[in-house]
This record gives sequence, C-alpha cells and structure tokens, in this order.
Amino acid sequence: MTSTAPIIDARGVWKRFGGLAVLKGVDLSVAERELVFVIGPSGSGKSTFLRCLNRLEEPDDGSIQVDGIELLSPKTDINAARRRIGMVFQSFNLYPHMTARQNVMLALRKVLGQNKDQAATVAARALDRVGLAERMDHYPAQLSGGQQQRVAIARAIALEPRVMLFDEPTSALDPELVGGVLNVMRELRQDGMTMVVVSHEMAFAKAAADRVVFMADGQKLEEGPPAQIFEAPQHERTRAFIRQIDRH
Amino acid sequence: MEDFLFAFLNWDIVTQAWPILWRGFAYTLALSAMTVPLGLAGGVALALLATSGPWWVRLLAAGWTDFFRAIPPLVLLVFLYAGLPFAGIDVGAWGAVALGFLLNTGSYYGEVLRAGIESVPRGQMEAARSTGLTRGQALAHVVLPQAVRNVLPDLVSNTLEVVKLTSIASVVALPELLFQARQAQNATYNATPIVAAAIAYFLLLWPLVRLVSRLENRAMAGR
Amino acid sequence: MDGLNNFIFSFFNLKVMAQYLPLVAQGLALTVVLALLIVVCGLALGLLLAVLRSFGIRPLNWLIIFTVDVFRALPPLVIIVLLFFGLPAAGMSVSGFAATWLSLTLVLMAFAEEIFWAGITAVPKGQWEAARSTGLTFLQTLRMVVLPQALRITIPPLTNRTIAITKGTALGSVVGVAEILGAAQSAMSFSANPSPLTLGAIAYLVLFVPVVALGRWIETRFAWKR
Repeated sequence: MTSTAPIIDARGVWKRFGGLAVLKGVDLSVAERELVFVIGPSGSGKSTFLRCLNRLEEPDDGSIQVDGIELLSPKTDINAARRRIGMVFQSFNLYPHMTARQNVMLALRKVLGQNKDQAATVAARALDRVGLAERMDHYPAQLSGGQQQRVAIARAIALEPRVMLFDEPTSALDPELVGGVLNVMRELRQDGMTMVVVSHEMAFAKAAADRVVFMADGQKLEEGPPAQIFEAPQHERTRAFIRQIDRH
Repeated sequence: MEDFLFAFLNWDIVTQAWPILWRGFAYTLALSAMTVPLGLAGGVALALLATSGPWWVRLLAAGWTDFFRAIPPLVLLVFLYAGLPFAGIDVGAWGAVALGFLLNTGSYYGEVLRAGIESVPRGQMEAARSTGLTRGQALAHVVLPQAVRNVLPDLVSNTLEVVKLTSIASVVALPELLFQARQAQNATYNATPIVAAAIAYFLLLWPLVRLVSRLENRAMAGR
Repeated sequence: MDGLNNFIFSFFNLKVMAQYLPLVAQGLALTVVLALLIVVCGLALGLLLAVLRSFGIRPLNWLIIFTVDVFRALPPLVIIVLLFFGLPAAGMSVSGFAATWLSLTLVLMAFAEEIFWAGITAVPKGQWEAARSTGLTFLQTLRMVVLPQALRITIPPLTNRTIAITKGTALGSVVGVAEILGAAQSAMSFSANPSPLTLGAIAYLVLFVPVVALGRWIETRFAWKR
C-alpha cells in the first residue's frame, strides 16, 4: 500500500460558494483497492468534496490527481477522465425515459464508442452483476428505490472505472431496501474496486472500510482504521458525532 | 334562409372555386411544413442559450424572446415585407414569411423549451456528465428528451397556433388557403369560398385541437 | 457610413416620425380600447361557458365543447375576414372594428373556457363533497369553494393566452381598422417612408413588453406551489 502511488491524490482542495468557504484545504489520498469512508455532520463539506473528485464541483484551489491525471489542469479532457471515475448519487438520477439497460448503454455507446450490440452485451453483464438481469427492460418508474440504485451502480461499473464514488447511496432508500445496495457494494470491494463512500451506514463502515475519514466545517479532522475512529476517536468533534450516531 | 344559403353555402360556387381552394390548401400545408421546423430550430437554439450560456447571454436571450413575443407577428411580417425594401433589402414574400416565423415562432417555442429544460432535475445532467458524456451529448440524449416530454402539451398547442398563423401570409399575397378564398370571393361576389376555407381549416386542425385539449387536461390534473 | 445613413433615414426618420406621431398615437389608443373590450368580454364569456359546463347537462356540454373547438381551430384572421367580407353578402354589414372585436372575443372565450374548465376539474372531488356535506348548494360550492381554487391555477396559462390573443388586434388592419398597425401602414404609404412602422413597433413594445414581463413574473410566482 505504501509502495504504490495513490490512485486518488487530492491536496489542499478549497471550494467557496459565494463568500462561504465549504472546503478549507482538504487532503486525501486513496490507495488502489482501498475502501475509504467519509463521515461527518451535515454541512461538513463531505459531499462537496466527493463531487470535486470528478469535478462536478469546480474547486477554487488545490490539485486532484486521479490515476495519474491532474483533473484541474485545463489540458485534461474531463470527459475522458470521468469515465474512469464512476459516481453513484443519493437520488439515483436514472434517466426516466430509458429502460435500465438503455441507462447503462448510453455512455458505453457515446463515450466508449461501442456499437449497439456490444453495448447491449456489456450492459446486460453489468446489470447481471448487480442482480437485475431480469429487470433489464424495465423503466426506472417500474423499479423499487433499491433496484434503481443498483441500476445506477451498474451504469457506473459498466464503464470499468478505476475508482467509484458513492454520495450517500442509501439515504434515500426505505430501510428494507438498503441491504441489497450494500451487498452490491460489498461484492465490488471483494472484486478489488477502489471506493470512496460518503454515507451514514456505520455498521457497513465498521465491517467493510479500510479507513474512515471524519470531516467537519470543511476540514478533515481525523482519519484512521474504523476501529480507531469508532472506538477511540481522538478529536472532541469526532467523539460527539460518534456518540450521536450510536444513540440512533 | 334561401338567401343565406345562396350567400354562404352555395354548392355551385364550391365546385367552381374548388381548384383554387385546393391549391391554397396545399400551399398552407407546405407553409406549415416549412414554418414549424424553422420555429423549432430557432426555439431549441434560444432555449439552449437561455439555460446554459453565461449570464449575459441568458439575459440577451430573455430580452430577445420577450421582444419578439411582444411584437404582433403581422407587424413583424409587414415590417419585413414592406419596410425592409426601403433600406434596399428585399427578401420577398417567402423570405419575409420564413424570417418572420423564425423570429416569432422561434421565441414561443424557445420559451416553452426553456421551461422544459428547467423542469429536468440538475442531477440528470450531473449523472450524465459523471459517466463522461460531453455537455452537448448530455443535453441531446438525457435532458432534451425529458424536457420535450414535460412540456409536450405546450409544444403541440404552439404547433397548432403556428399552423393557424400561416393565414397571415395572405397579407403579403402568398397564395395560401385564406388568400385563395379571398380571390375566389372577389371573383364570384359570394362568401361561400371563405366559408369553405374556414371548414377546411377546421377539418385540418380539429384533431390537433382535441389532442391539445386532452394533453392539457391531463397536465392540469397532474398538478 | 452611407448604408447606415440610409438605414437611419428609412427607419428612424425623426421628421417623418414627428409628423405621424399623432396618427400612430391615435392608433395606440384604439388598440388599447379594442384590447380591453376583447379581454373583458372574452374572459367573461369563457367563465360563463365553463360554469354552464359544470352543470353537466349532456347536450349543452356537447354544444359548448364543439363551439370552443371551432374557435380554437380557426385562425383568427379567417374569422375576421369571414365576418367582415362575408356578412355583407347576407345583407348584414359590420364595421372592421366590430368584426375584429367580435372575432377575437370569441377566440378568447374559447381558450378561456378551456382553461377555466381544466381548472375546475383539477379541484379534487373531496372539495365538492366536503362543501356539499356541510349543506352548501351546488352554486355556493362552485362559487365559494371550487372557483377560488380553480382560478388560482388558471392564472398563468390564462395570462399568456390573453396576451397572445390581444396582440391579434393588429389583424384589424386587414379590415381597415386604424389601430396601431393600420395607422402606421397608412402613414407609411403617405410618407413613402417606413419610419411610421418603426413607430408602430415601438408602440406595441411599450404596450406589450410590460405585459409579457408580467406574464413571465406571474408564471414563476405561481409555479412554485405546484
């Protein structure tokens, strides 16, 4: 882990909205095959930071390298870079006018330039991986929230990204649907996918994360293995946050 | 009653005027086939500028749209047809109609499509961009199809208005249905050709009116 | 430079403009009167038809729907021409002003009826049932419970439609009404210069830009509650 270069290397990332600084120089490096969990109170900037990692938010300052490519350089083809960075959103953001399979196929055809048959095969395989082979021809409105989120994961992994970003992937789901999505994420991890996850699923973090990062007020306050962060947090803010989470 | 029938529903006159009216009807169809795509193209361009340009482009697009929605289309047409030649620019009747409809109808379609694009959640664009699609690809494949669906009643209703509006081309002597009916009326001293033209318009557009009405009721009930 | 001078001489000829300003101003006044008459009569008739339709008398409703469809399908200019050039053939003659007023009133009536009716049907059935269960009559329920809710959601589409139809007053120029366009056109032929037309366009902008902006504002203002 120490010998290879990190696959994500973000340094001094600043982001302001108007006069308000939401990120105040955040650093994060993620090694290949690592699963990093980012936690923190709402308004801590964790989602904004995640969205900077594929430049959906434009950072005001800092540098972000993903797989050796500097994202913030004007010379970088951001669209080519993004296909190596999969993203899963809290609200799924499936295209409602396309079936599950068409959702997955769109970028395969338009970004990777695959023909229709190729894309259909790759999409079918990706949907099979998330356990939705039978629902391929359903429209999003005909799927449960959990199934929709799994389609969204399939849409991202079909492009064979080097990194997957998850922005609160289960917080819009009814409790009984969360398990299916977490199972898919667990399998991805077993297959060696590098993942950065912003989420409140603490049990999942304890079981699956390699490292937990705690953010507050636009800064990274502490990080470490889950056991350390959850059992023996160093920082007072972290302790307060963990106590509050545990009460639920 | 007989006088009325003689003046308004005179079958002899209908058969006499039939060839002229038929040519006018075909001309109206051709005019519509030209003006609807022209207006749509202008509308898409305006809507894209009004939703994704920098702030001054948006402002300009909004001003442009309001300007051409405030000017009655007939005023625009007369200006292009009868005014411009004074400055040495003669675009002719066809050119005046094409340009006038591009400006007027384009503004209306633009306003409808702008509302449609704004009704598509931002996450759709973000999801598409996160998979590596360019802004143009995301607009074409993800945002615009949803935008069009969301404002379909308004789009169809606007199209109905465009077809009706082609009747003002009669003012610049393009031989469409209304113009031909007026010619026939002048030749026969009888109102029947105009009544026949009205019936033809009604038969052509009634299905569209029914469709709009159904779509609008569904949209209103869904609120 | 010559081209620019020519352009200014043609379209912004202040001398011609000053000369024909009174004529175009009279046109503006006539347009305002015509527009107000159309708006008041058209909206009132449209509301009347929508209320009549809510009684649910089958044959009457068919008649209303058909009438509305006719005036939504026919181009306003066709109706104006039909009334102005057609009626004299039956021994009845109407002025250009009356033909324009009547035609556009009927068109606005048709569109307004459709919008009012859609608004009435959009009010949930439970509102009717709740009001009737407290002993209100049909008309009381319609007037005090249903219409206030219906009118609110009809305001944005109604505003836009009213603006579009009121702009149709320019069609009156075809049948000799000296409203803005008519006045500007005759001034143009007197002076052999299109500057009066520019003046006319400005008059329309003065009249309608505020209304269009108001419509846009109303649309956003009433949209957020959807």
